[in-house]
Amino acid sequence: MKLLEVKNLKKRYKDKEVLKNISFDMDKTETIVVIGPSGTGKSTMLKCINRLVEPDGGQILLNGQDITKARRVEKLRQRIGMVFQEFNLFNHLTVLDNVRIGPWKVKKLSKEKATKLAMEILKNVGLDDRANAYPAELSGGQKQRVGIARALAMEPDLILFDEPTSALDPELVGEVLEVMRNLAEHGMTMLIVTHEMSFAKDIADRVIFMENGEIVEDGTPEKIFNAPEKERTHQFLAQFTNR
Amino acid sequence: MMGFFLNSMEVILRGAGVTVKLTVASLLLGAIIAIFVALAQVYGKWWINLIATTYERILRSIPILIIMFMVFFGLPTFGIRFDPFLAAIISLGLRSSAYQSQIYRGALLAVSEGQIMAARSVGMTGIQTFLHISFPQAARFSVAPLTNEFTIVLKDTSIAYAIGVTELLREGTYIVSTTYDPLLIYSMCAAVYFIMTFGTNKFVSLLEKGFAIPGYEVRGVERG
Repeated sequence: MKLLEVKNLKKRYKDKEVLKNISFDMDKTETIVVIGPSGTGKSTMLKCINRLVEPDGGQILLNGQDITKARRVEKLRQRIGMVFQEFNLFNHLTVLDNVRIGPWKVKKLSKEKATKLAMEILKNVGLDDRANAYPAELSGGQKQRVGIARALAMEPDLILFDEPTSALDPELVGEVLEVMRNLAEHGMTMLIVTHEMSFAKDIADRVIFMENGEIVEDGTPEKIFNAPEKERTHQFLAQFTNR
Repeated sequence: MMGFFLNSMEVILRGAGVTVKLTVASLLLGAIIAIFVALAQVYGKWWINLIATTYERILRSIPILIIMFMVFFGLPTFGIRFDPFLAAIISLGLRSSAYQSQIYRGALLAVSEGQIMAARSVGMTGIQTFLHISFPQAARFSVAPLTNEFTIVLKDTSIAYAIGVTELLREGTYIVSTTYDPLLIYSMCAAVYFIMTFGTNKFVSLLEKGFAIPGYEVRGVERG
C-alpha cells in the first residue's frame, strides 16, 4: 500500500481553478520535490493534504484512509507534519515549548516524556543549546530548524514542506537544507515545495513539475532536470540554468 | 491650617476609597461581558457577531451620563431599582465592556494567522489552539490598552456624582460647601486622581517589563 495517494484533487477559489485533477502517490521514506512557477497551486496542494484548505473534489488517502472524509481531522493532522515558509513559530513560547507542546498537549504524552523527546529532536537539528530562547531571539535559519523540530516531535508519517527556505537570507539556507537532507537519509517521508533546484536535484527521489494547477511532468530528478519530456518543463528549468 | 488640611484629606481619601471600589468593580463587570462580546465578534457566526457588534456600537455612542440616568432613573419604570452605587457600577461596567471588547478583539486578531495554522497542523483542536496559542498572546497584547481603559474608567467614576454616589468628587464638594475654598479642595481631589492614575500606570509598566518576553517589546505589534 502507498503511504499517500492523491487522486483527482480539485480546488477552486471563486472562478479560479487552483488545482485541476492532481494525482500522484508516495511510498514510505520517499522524498518528492514539487517545483513550478509561483501561483500554480503548489502551496494549496500541500494544505489540502492536511486539510488546512478544504479540497473541493477528489480523494487523498493516507495509509489507505481517505483524509477528505475523516470526521476527526485533528487526529489525521497529528500524522502529517507541516513546515511553513514563514516558520509560524509560537512567539510566546520558548524553543523547547514550541517543540514539546504537540506531543504534550495534543498527543497527551507526560510532560517528562514530551520534554525528553523534544530535547532529543532539538539536539538532532543542532539547537539543544537554544532550548530556552524565544523565537524573536533566533536567526531565520534557527527558526526554521525549530519549525522542523516541531513537526518531527509529533513523529508523523509524512512531513509537508511549504517553501521552507524562501523566507531566509541566502547564507542561512544551507543549515536548513542540511537538516532536511539528514531527514531524507534517515528515511523520513517528505513532500517538499521549493525553488532550490540544486537541492531538489540532490535530495529528491522524484520531482513533480506543476503549472497552472496541473502536474505537467513527474519523474526522477535525472529525467526532469536532464531530459524533460515536456517543452514547458524545459523552459521553466532553463530560467535557472541560464542565470 | 494644617488641621483643616488633614481633616479635608481624610474625607477626600474616604471618597477615594469609594472611587477605587467603583473603578475595580466596573472594570471587572466590563471585562466579563467584554470577553463574550470579543469572542462573538472574532469567532461567532454572522448573526452572533451582528448582535455583539450592535451592542458594542450603541454603548460606545452614548454619553456615560445618559447611560447612568437611564439605569438609575429609567429602569425603575420597569420596577428595576438599584442603589446609586450599584447603578454606577452597572453603567460604567456596561460602557467599559464595549470598549474592552475592542481591546480583546484587537488582541485576538493580532495573533498571526500563520501561528493558528501551525497549531492546527500539529493537530490542535479549535479550543486547544485558543487556550495554548491565541489566548496567552492576546492577554499580553491587552495589558497596555487596559491600563488606558483603567484610567478612563477611574476618571469617569466622578460622573457617579450626578446620581448621588458619595465618591471622591462628592466628598470634596461637601467640604467646599462648608469651607468655601473650592480651589484648594478641588486641587486636592485632582491630586488624588493624578496619583492614582499615574501610580497605576507606572506600576503596570514595571510589571510589563518584569514579565516581558523577547519580541513583545513593541506593544501589540506581531513580528516574524
